[in-house]
Amino acid sequence: MTAAQQVTVGATAALSVRGLHKEYVPGQPVFRGIDLDIAGAGLTAIIGSSGAGKSTLIRCINRLVAPTSGQILFEGVDLAKARGKPLREARRRIGMVFQEYNLVERLTVMENLLTGRLGYLSAFTAWRRKFPAADIERAYGLLETVGLTDFANTRADALSGGQRQRVGIARALMQQPHLILADEPTSSLDPKTAVEIMQLLAEQGQAAGIPVLVNMHDVLLARRFAQRVIGMARGGIVFDGSAEALTDDMLKTIYGGEQWLH
Amino acid sequence: MAALSSGPAPFSLSRGAKISFALLAVYFLWAAAQLEFTAERFIVGLDNGARFLDRMFPPAIHDWDSLTRGLTESLQIAVLASILGILLALPIGLASARNLMPTWASWPARTIIALCRSFHPVIVAILFVKAVGFGALAGILALTVASVGFVGKLFAEAIEEISAKQVEAVRATGASFASIVIFGVLPQVFSRFVGFATYQLDSNLRNSTMVGIVGAGGIGGTLFSAFQRFDYDFVCAILIAIIAIIMIGELLANQVRAIFIDNLSFGELLRRRFSGFRGLTTERAAND
Repeated sequence: MTAAQQVTVGATAALSVRGLHKEYVPGQPVFRGIDLDIAGAGLTAIIGSSGAGKSTLIRCINRLVAPTSGQILFEGVDLAKARGKPLREARRRIGMVFQEYNLVERLTVMENLLTGRLGYLSAFTAWRRKFPAADIERAYGLLETVGLTDFANTRADALSGGQRQRVGIARALMQQPHLILADEPTSSLDPKTAVEIMQLLAEQGQAAGIPVLVNMHDVLLARRFAQRVIGMARGGIVFDGSAEALTDDMLKTIYGGEQWLH
Repeated sequence: MAALSSGPAPFSLSRGAKISFALLAVYFLWAAAQLEFTAERFIVGLDNGARFLDRMFPPAIHDWDSLTRGLTESLQIAVLASILGILLALPIGLASARNLMPTWASWPARTIIALCRSFHPVIVAILFVKAVGFGALAGILALTVASVGFVGKLFAEAIEEISAKQVEAVRATGASFASIVIFGVLPQVFSRFVGFATYQLDSNLRNSTMVGIVGAGGIGGTLFSAFQRFDYDFVCAILIAIIAIIMIGELLANQVRAIFIDNLSFGELLRRRFSGFRGLTTERAAND
């Protein structure tokens, strides 16, 4: 592996994808033969045109979507084949941030943050709402980190888009994850808020020392915040290197067309 | 100049629609004639109706004891049947949601709900009277069945309309299925569920006045025997009493909805109620 592909030298791969293949309609694969290693703290951006399979790939990693074949090794568990308890225990170590925030609208910010700990609680304890004091403290701490202390008891649907995404990031961090996945976290936000959110993701990832894997459309944002960029096109990975190595020619290969570049 | 398009005029009905309406009108007239639904019978009926109303006024209460016992029993039947029915409708409705449950769970649950909804409460009451004997128990069981059918079906439909995105996020945290339901599904349908439950309470109150006619307890029995004895003024008194408790029931249902859905405190509830009587718009007043 080149230095660009292993951001922290000597770190073992937290996530190892081998030969991943997904097709919704038989004979029309979304992607095939995906090999990927993610290790060490740092932000990796996946770019590619719509329909290239970025969202599907991210969702395969925490098995929200079941891959057709292949292997997804995360901390010793093959997520492609796991089910039941081992799958849930692996999932709780992977935090996810969504394009449309996916907060539970009718619950308050605090309640949404605490749902991040559901992977660590039995259903009965959760039903009785007896969250451990440590979790509640962690929630308040994270609220401060994302700058939303005053909104602890506000209903999620009363927040702006940028605020909701902050809650989404805080919820993912509540899980004390070893990996953060983000599926186009800034696509629904205005340019300024998008930068703030990417900054938050990058900083928190570094602070926790964990890899952050982000799908994005905005190449400028990718260049600005990602240490490593992966380009997907035509069902496979066509580029995997540092942000600096991402040339205009390479972008043409990934996205096709020329008009949009200038 | 180019010729104007010769397509159909905007908002006009298609040929098929016009023919259908014509056929419908013809069928209506023919069916009415079959059932002797003539203008002449209607006018004779109006005359009968007027005489009947005359015998009902002024209303008089012949038997206080029977009236109060009947009303109390109807109220109890309604409340008990609603509680039982709503408690049962929760798991059955949840099981019949096709976006949550596999077919082996949703199909039996949907069948149960369909069966519960097939018959009018009075028919179910007749069956239960045969099964468990006369009295309020038959009425409670009959209305529980009706509640399960109604609330269960609407609850299942509400669940099938939820946003999958919110559920996906809770699933991604590694939560168990039960936790996903409690934190991802139920918050989205809770207020609608309260709406259905209060509507069913209201409906059960109405139905509980009726099941007594077939012997399943409540004011219906008192009403029917008054009718058969030709005590039409007592009938009128009973009808007025029924109107009164239905209206009280509706007021209560509104307060229940306000407590659960809007999370109003008790003080705010009272304030809104009094302001409403005085015709003020409390919403704006509170925000000024």
